Amino acid sequence: MKNNQSWIDQRFPLSKVWNEHLAEYYTPRNFNFWYFFGGLAVLMLGMQLITGIFLTMYYKPDAANAFASVEYIMRDIEWGWLIRYLHSTGASAFFVIIYLHMFRALLYGSYKGPREFLWILGMLLYVLLAAEAFFGYVLPWGQMSFWGAQVIISLFGSVPVIGPDLLVWILGDYAVGDATLNRFFSLHVIVLPLLLVVLVFLHLVALHHVGSNNPDGIEIKENKDKDGIPKDGIPFHPYFTIKDSMVVVGFIWILCAVIFYAPALNGYFLEHANFVEANPLKTPEHIAPVWYLTPFYSVLRAIPPMFGSQFPGVLAMFAAILIFFALPWLDRSPVKSIRYRSPIYKWALGIFVVSFVMLGWLGLKPVTPTYALLGRIATALYFAYFILMPWYTSIGKTKEVPTRVTE
Amino acid sequence: MSEQTIDLKKRRFLTKATGVVGAVGVGFVAWPFLSTWKPSAKTKAAGAPVDVDISKLESGQLVRVLWRKKPVWVFKRDESALDALNSEDLISKLADPDGTGNSKNQQPKYVSSNYRSIENKEAIAVIVGVCTHLGCSPTYRPEPGASDLGGDSWKGGFYCPCHGSKFDLAGRVYAGVPAPTNLEIPPYQYLTDSLIRIGIDQKNT
Repeated sequence: MKNNQSWIDQRFPLSKVWNEHLAEYYTPRNFNFWYFFGGLAVLMLGMQLITGIFLTMYYKPDAANAFASVEYIMRDIEWGWLIRYLHSTGASAFFVIIYLHMFRALLYGSYKGPREFLWILGMLLYVLLAAEAFFGYVLPWGQMSFWGAQVIISLFGSVPVIGPDLLVWILGDYAVGDATLNRFFSLHVIVLPLLLVVLVFLHLVALHHVGSNNPDGIEIKENKDKDGIPKDGIPFHPYFTIKDSMVVVGFIWILCAVIFYAPALNGYFLEHANFVEANPLKTPEHIAPVWYLTPFYSVLRAIPPMFGSQFPGVLAMFAAILIFFALPWLDRSPVKSIRYRSPIYKWALGIFVVSFVMLGWLGLKPVTPTYALLGRIATALYFAYFILMPWYTSIGKTKEVPTRVTE
Repeated sequence: MSEQTIDLKKRRFLTKATGVVGAVGVGFVAWPFLSTWKPSAKTKAAGAPVDVDISKLESGQLVRVLWRKKPVWVFKRDESALDALNSEDLISKLADPDGTGNSKNQQPKYVSSNYRSIENKEAIAVIVGVCTHLGCSPTYRPEPGASDLGGDSWKGGFYCPCHGSKFDLAGRVYAGVPAPTNLEIPPYQYLTDSLIRIGIDQKNT
């Protein structure tokens, strides 16, 4: 065994990588609940890749056969229903984890220096994941697949001047059809998964270079013992590998409960209308995106048309996502963690969370005058969190940050 | 070893020149790949006109046909519906009632302004059933006074379930809804009194 290891080490830096990234990678010892979700996100990526590979063996990316091939997987392939539900429910579970993972960064200021680039890589991952989920939702070719694609692709048609040509270029046809489905399949199973895997790797490289933040928002590397080991750090392996595997067990237990008893979660994870085959002549009575994209959809609906164009709403929707990238430079606070932030920041974050959840909920509802008004208020509050951030993070009294972690 | 000095200026120039030529090459190679996304020759050929027989169309009835993969509605309006299209009460609620504003490219020249149909065939409407907001197909709601669409102020028309845009029975958009323009009227003509051809303009008479 020892001989084998040195044989490999002479030819490949196996022990070096193992030590640098696991056995001697020092992680803050005060990690709490909020630090579970990075590892779980990797688990979900793996699960989506494996279930996706098996679904691809039976799925047919053809407008005439796609819907039937999914039903074939569900009814006639042994255990096909499980693989399919793991994939479709898994997509929603993935977003639950990612949103909690992102909220952790807001709580503890994990996007602040020196982790700005780590944050940008993470936001790119989020944008790609949203695109991946959208393309995936089109593939079963149900009513929501079709009309969801129709609405989202139409957004590009509202771009001034080049819009109509851009629209036809994306569709490969004059309406959503076979060409569109086929290219979305290619993007969903090859292009985006490849990019996601590469970006996850880069996200981890950046993380291991700067080190993890922690609930106190202090840099453990600033307090090292005589051997150069952070006093508040413990090796990732075996401490956090063991802890994380317990978390994985608990998470899979919850995931299985949903998959076995409510795989469509009453229309929230798989909408009812998507069990009806796509019909280009008839839009379903009520259409909404899947829950994880509804906050941005609400922003789109909140902005009225201006100058005879829907483009301002489309811009606002993309701005609502892209503004997250600027977070490290909008936050002027001298402290990172919510524990030592000023009360005004706690209020701002609270209002932001309420407005985000409100937008998400409104996005699932049909438009009424009351909801439209609520949508505009929530949109204003959503953007206020970012736009006013340089002001409210530079006023208000912050608490003194300790030099060592507190738990 | 040669004793020549390294000409850094020349080296930088060559590096930049190589980069520029390389970028142009990448652009040329990208073109065929990006072009594969354009509609294929077969797709372009599939946009032929469609014929609709309206001899059995009852008043108030609506049929949907696919033209260039888009739903097109052909429906018959009764006298009271036509009167409503002319009423000041309705017109005051519309964004562009005569189709001369933002909607000026949404209809052929030969359709009349309030009915948006071919002359002497006022009852029959032919409209592309694609919402000008984000491409959903609005629902046919011909019944005046529908309580969920504003009660007495609703004169019959179309309601888009996606984002709540409203149109009247001539496909004209209400003011204050997400859709920016009136629904599109496709080019069409009457081959006989009961046969419509969608996709080809009416000849000048």
